[in-house]
Amino acid sequence: MSETVFYEGVTAWLRAFAATIAEHRQYLTELDAAIGDADHGVNMDRGMQAVLARLDALAGGTTVALLKGVGMTLVSTVGGAAGPLYGTLFLQMGKAAGDESPSPEVGGASSPTGDTPGAAPGLTLQQWARVMDAGVAGVQARGKAEVGDKTMVDALVPAAATLRAAAAAGLAASEALAQAADAAERGMEATIPLVARKGRASYLGERSAGHQDPGATSASLLMRTAAETLVASRGPTAETPPHPGA
Amino acid sequence: MKKLINRPEDVVREALEGFSAAHHDRVMVHTDPAFIARGDAPVAGKVALVSGGGSGHEPMHGGFVGPGMLDAACPGEVFTSPTPDQMLAATQAVDGGAGVLHIVKNYTGDVMNFEMAAELARDAGIAVEQVVIDDDVAVQDSLYTAGRRGVGATVLAEKICGAAAEQGRPLGAVAELCRRVNAEGRSMGLALTSCTTPMAGKPTFELGPGEIELGIGIHGEPGRERRAVVTAGEAVDILATPVLDDLPFKTGDAVLAFVNGMGGTPLMELYIVFNELHRLLDAKGITIARNLVGSYITSLDMAGCSITLLRLDEELTALWDAPVNTPGLRWGA
Repeated sequence: MSETVFYEGVTAWLRAFAATIAEHRQYLTELDAAIGDADHGVNMDRGMQAVLARLDALAGGTTVALLKGVGMTLVSTVGGAAGPLYGTLFLQMGKAAGDESPSPEVGGASSPTGDTPGAAPGLTLQQWARVMDAGVAGVQARGKAEVGDKTMVDALVPAAATLRAAAAAGLAASEALAQAADAAERGMEATIPLVARKGRASYLGERSAGHQDPGATSASLLMRTAAETLVASRGPTAETPPHPGA
Repeated sequence: MKKLINRPEDVVREALEGFSAAHHDRVMVHTDPAFIARGDAPVAGKVALVSGGGSGHEPMHGGFVGPGMLDAACPGEVFTSPTPDQMLAATQAVDGGAGVLHIVKNYTGDVMNFEMAAELARDAGIAVEQVVIDDDVAVQDSLYTAGRRGVGATVLAEKICGAAAEQGRPLGAVAELCRRVNAEGRSMGLALTSCTTPMAGKPTFELGPGEIELGIGIHGEPGRERRAVVTAGEAVDILATPVLDDLPFKTGDAVLAFVNGMGGTPLMELYIVFNELHRLLDAKGITIARNLVGSYITSLDMAGCSITLLRLDEELTALWDAPVNTPGLRWGA
């Protein structure tokens, strides 16, 4: 399978996620006001703006360093529960991306040819699916939440599972990522009737039913922006065969 | 929204700057990452106490930094947990070689951030113990929720454990004492109005002019039940009964009774509540041996109150009476 996820794609994904979080800031905060503490949009926006500010500093590095850097940035800027959860998601993805890399660097400027980062090796769709899996597993370990608890896990777990299945079935990356985003969206919508069992919403008991979970909503936005940007941003070399050094 | 602020995004920073300007003789306010530490920290050989949480609950926690109470406090954004980098910096700054106790209120974000901070601090070679405070009886079904919230008992635990640390007790003993205060304390609160966070600019929840919310949290998260406005006497009955039944407190017990204002309730009303509480406990043969009346763990501009009862013994009473010298709580010093 050819490499499909490159450093540029991950960067484009992060920029798009930051933009959509800024756009949905008020909406996420209103969802949170209904069953939480009315800060999810504000906190995520602060964190992603900090990520944007550091993207340039992280540029020219590796996908591994990028994902870890994003994780640490979110941990130190978002606060609340979303900070450690989204931070852990990206930290574990970074760790897994490192494990997937045959060479010490994945998608970095220090590619064997010394080319620009654009010519560096990337990850195959199957590798990327495993990276997502590791990130989602990290979120579950940190938050101790299962599907059905009315949390971001309700969007992330089906998305990761769908991505894994689509990658195994040999679907094109764009189609696989779109299916994963659809699965996240269905998971998000499925949180509406649920009674929350984790986080502040759980204090409401039955009164939490009838409201869409804000964490599942931002997680769905994360998967949707991935479908829109992750493989579309390779530039002129997007369709070239695997890098000889990979 | 009417608030005495400049820009909503600057409230935490500007409040910290004001706190520093007012109390720089006793505390040191650090920025980037933000934490408030005792002016004389680290105190060599003394177990250090670090707490923290979202801003908007003042004077908790920053107002409780000083001799006899906390060594450092980490303020988050309004109603948002502080982050592990703040907690790590605070822990490193106040560690006097005897280890650090983190006192954590049981909220999902606070617990996860403090867990990450403890992992980082231990990696840095600092002995860290954490105690999670969860005294709010309003949350009944702890198996299918994030568990009981940490509220009023947090203030009492910080005072009592601060005194124990001043006596030179070791980390394990101070942590154990903190768990005991949590085990012997129970709380419940109600709201007469919502609060308004500066960033949201409008009330966190809607409460009609004739309604109160029972079992309110300190972040404006709605409670468990709404009902029509009641008298102070009825309110105390509604709040104190589940508190008394939960431990349970019994005839002959001596307690510390803490009547706390949520931020927008006059002290006059809190004394009316205390009067009713005194009457109710007296009738049950429970002695109020110590008390605290005032707004110490608040929820911005929310009107309402909470009642915390802590069962006392000689040791806890002596530690409560020990000198404390902080911006928010001071006696004997």
